[in-house]
Amino acid sequence: MEIPKTFLGYKREDGRTGTRNHVIILPVDDISNACAEAVANNIKGTIALPHSYGRLQFGADLELHFRTMIGTGKNPNVAAVIVIGIEPKWTKRIVDAIATTGKPVEGFSIEGVGDIDTIARVSKKAQEFSIWASEKQREERPISDLWISVKCGESDTTSGLASNPTVGNLMDKLEPLGVHLCFGETSELTGAETVCEKRGKTPEAQEKFRKTWSSYNDFILKEATDDLSESQPTAGNIAGGLTTIEEKAFGNFQKIGGCKFIDVLEPAEEPTKGPGLYFMDTSSAAAECVTLQAAGGFNLHLFPTGQGNIIGNPIEPVVKLTANPLTARTMSEHIDVDVSKILSREMNLDEAGDELIKSTIRVANGRLTCAEALGHREFVMTKLYRSA
Amino acid sequence: MAGTDIIIHDEKDNVGVVVIEKITPKQDCDCWIMENDKSVKIQSMDEIPLGHKIAMTDLNEGDTILKYGHDIGKVVKSIKKGEHVHVHNVKTKKW
Repeated sequence: MEIPKTFLGYKREDGRTGTRNHVIILPVDDISNACAEAVANNIKGTIALPHSYGRLQFGADLELHFRTMIGTGKNPNVAAVIVIGIEPKWTKRIVDAIATTGKPVEGFSIEGVGDIDTIARVSKKAQEFSIWASEKQREERPISDLWISVKCGESDTTSGLASNPTVGNLMDKLEPLGVHLCFGETSELTGAETVCEKRGKTPEAQEKFRKTWSSYNDFILKEATDDLSESQPTAGNIAGGLTTIEEKAFGNFQKIGGCKFIDVLEPAEEPTKGPGLYFMDTSSAAAECVTLQAAGGFNLHLFPTGQGNIIGNPIEPVVKLTANPLTARTMSEHIDVDVSKILSREMNLDEAGDELIKSTIRVANGRLTCAEALGHREFVMTKLYRSA
Repeated sequence: MAGTDIIIHDEKDNVGVVVIEKITPKQDCDCWIMENDKSVKIQSMDEIPLGHKIAMTDLNEGDTILKYGHDIGKVVKSIKKGEHVHVHNVKTKKW
């Protein structure tokens, strides 16, 4: 199949391209959620991104909070941003960082004003942003402006057999075209960590991966109260035919095809070394992982599932594929791409990869994903440790 | 192309995965190797359900199980070609 050289996206002030055109109302902290949600109810064409944290965090955990907030605002799928916090200092830090993209952004703080007057003031600005963004038009943009993140969930043996290799096939075909790609899930690479490390393009990338995985593994061994073979693979994995953690990890690893990663990113860190594949240190929990990848600047997500994970994200469209014929049938409203015919050999991997590329481009052009149409907007901050 | 009973990821693998509801003892199974699109045949010794693994060769205690072309664990009880491969005869090398 000849891969299209362009897609229809929203060109942003900083040169990046969005696959969506959201105006977001971003609360800095948990107690500003009510205000943000009231504004989003008032003003059509805006979405609030409520979450649970943002108070009394410190050190690396606080830095991750800021990086996630700022990265979410900077993502090219976002046309304009309103930031609401309880106090002005942290609010301003986020506003100033988002403003470097050149997109419209304005901050408001609630202290000394109260919710009701804040909601009125913010609603006026949000209306202005919403109407402004509504005039933005999609235009032809190079395929290399796609930044694709991947993560699998509710995996079973069909994931490692077919849906994950389908994503790997897409990566093999899109990587040479200059697309940015990202995989994560540090914990679920256990067993495949040595092979994964060798996929680093440079000794520096390999060393960084080894340190990231070892640091995670040390944490697990420190916190573990018994033999981990009781939890990984799980009883459900074993019933489904998975025997060891190594087998599970190699199934997960199929998603990157034959690609090599050029750098290892901190959670929510934006890649800066040009096009190609990146590894991001993330949890294996679906909503946390996709939220971090979206904050890293990725504008479209591919999510292979076995048993049927239903996750979505408020700003990054999540394309779901499955190779499990039962899931494709019983949960069809969640599945964008059905590749179950690989198992019956009515479809080969090359054809499945092409089908996934076609669906990816249609979604990049604006087609709603199943998760978008169903209203899935899981926005989940990663918390590293207890607050002060 | 229908009628595949078992899929093998990589030519080096010594196990395949059952992709029909189940295979029964003495069943002649059609296997497909994904990596190179080749077909091979095997006769099963056990009943093996969907998603579970079958030994493509005789395996001795201490041998390494290869799937995806990689080491996914060690044999702890010898396995005959065509037998079910799972937690009763294979363990992780990690823990």
